[in-house]
Amino acid sequence: MSLIVKNPGPLTTVQDAGRFGHQSEGIRPAGVMDTAAFAAANRLVGNAGDEAVLEMTFLGATLTFSADTWFALTGAAMPATLDGAPVERYTPVKAAAGQTLACGLAASGCRGYLAVRGGIDMPLVMGSRSTDRSARLGGFEGRALKAGDELPTRPDDGWTPTPLRCAPPVYTGAIEVRAIPGPQDDYFTAAGLETFFSTPYEVSTDSDRMGVRLEGAAVESVRGTDIVSDGIVFGSVQVPSGGKPIVLMADHQTTGGYAKIATVLSLDLPLLAQARPGDTVRFRRITAEEAQALYITR
Amino acid sequence: MADMKILPAGDRALVAEFSDVISEDVNRRVNALKRALLAENIAGVREMIPTYRSLLVEYDPAVIALPALTERVRAADPGDVPATAEQRRVLTIPCCYGGKYGEDLKDMAAITGLSEEEIIAIHSATEYRVYMLGFLPGFVYLGGLDERIAAPRLKTPRTSIPAGSVGIGGNQTGVYPMASPGGWRLIGATPVAFYDPAREKPALCEAGDYIRFVPVSPEEYERLRKEGGAV
Repeated sequence: MSLIVKNPGPLTTVQDAGRFGHQSEGIRPAGVMDTAAFAAANRLVGNAGDEAVLEMTFLGATLTFSADTWFALTGAAMPATLDGAPVERYTPVKAAAGQTLACGLAASGCRGYLAVRGGIDMPLVMGSRSTDRSARLGGFEGRALKAGDELPTRPDDGWTPTPLRCAPPVYTGAIEVRAIPGPQDDYFTAAGLETFFSTPYEVSTDSDRMGVRLEGAAVESVRGTDIVSDGIVFGSVQVPSGGKPIVLMADHQTTGGYAKIATVLSLDLPLLAQARPGDTVRFRRITAEEAQALYITR
Repeated sequence: MADMKILPAGDRALVAEFSDVISEDVNRRVNALKRALLAENIAGVREMIPTYRSLLVEYDPAVIALPALTERVRAADPGDVPATAEQRRVLTIPCCYGGKYGEDLKDMAAITGLSEEEIIAIHSATEYRVYMLGFLPGFVYLGGLDERIAAPRLKTPRTSIPAGSVGIGGNQTGVYPMASPGGWRLIGATPVAFYDPAREKPALCEAGDYIRFVPVSPEEYERLRKEGGAV
């Protein structure tokens, strides 16, 4: 049972929820960028846990199923066909052995997810199947997929889908995320904080899985933004000396030496995971207490 | 004793910060707090990242909310930790200096005005504290480099440096845990694996350890490397 890669697209990797428990050793979590689309994809094919999926970037992959397999596509609006017939997103679909799934260019959003029933069955490395390309670890040989790669999948277990479907999210390109000031908001002037929380930023073409880089008004600091390195989380917004914020994403390093003005609410990170160059991002201030109340009632 | 600041790092993490400087006193307190919290095994705490001067605690707010966790962290703060109160684990790291093992040792002699032998003697005389890990898997941020052998980074970083290379960059010294680009001046190489994904604990060191380099001959280096580079 496998998925055979015919054409990987520009950046397709195996990811799951991420590699946790080793950050104190300098090992970054990696994992999916869009946790919401990831969860939806697994739910649609009835996967109980956080099974590994494929994350495709802008342009989807073309893959052939070696056996009958249930799958679901979520995230970015990549038009897809199964042996030429259009495939709906956000719904479970069954491929027959030998059929080829071709995912196209994202009409909106940035990252598409392909989940298969039972998950992509790569070996666990430190408890995760996520690809960490910088450490060449996990996923498929620690790298992006290439044509000819064969990804093991699990045999058909006779599962049939419930008629449940979910509505695909709409990615507008005008993104608003909530952010909690700190831990180093005191490195910035009142004017700098005002700039950060009131002006729109534009997503730069340099953005990647490590960070969403933003162009726009420079955030004024009190006396520079170099700090003695401290810990980083998915969603930390660091401001290097040029004053242009960077939201650190799934492939973030574990520690860093720039002041972090704020941290994006975890529930809003999927919006940034789908950000395309040129999209606008606005930050809205929220307290940690408000954020946790939202998290618990999500 | 300085106050501990508890700062939110989003809705799922907090930072217990003691200072904004690099000092052994501060780092000992970070390390002691981490150990105290580990021992308490607090439900909802997922992972901790100790750094030079702070401890990042990742947690699940559905299990423990910020005010409750703040209280637990404050209660676990050990305050000032005297050097004598810390159990010192010292790892001895064989290092083959100079030649093809440390291509920049010659230049280092020109920069520092010391002989290669003097640089080796100074570099291997210190027990360096592991303040934290980061940047790469198993990469140690070491404190305690003798100022006499500090040297600026290379103007043009190398595109690939082999795992085990021992270098000096500015006032820092360290070991490349895996092949990587880098701008430090290479003075030697160790056969010891600072990072091995197959080990239960992939990183050799943890924050709070000390390491001491012991000069070895090329023959000894090659022999140790064949044996698998165990400490």
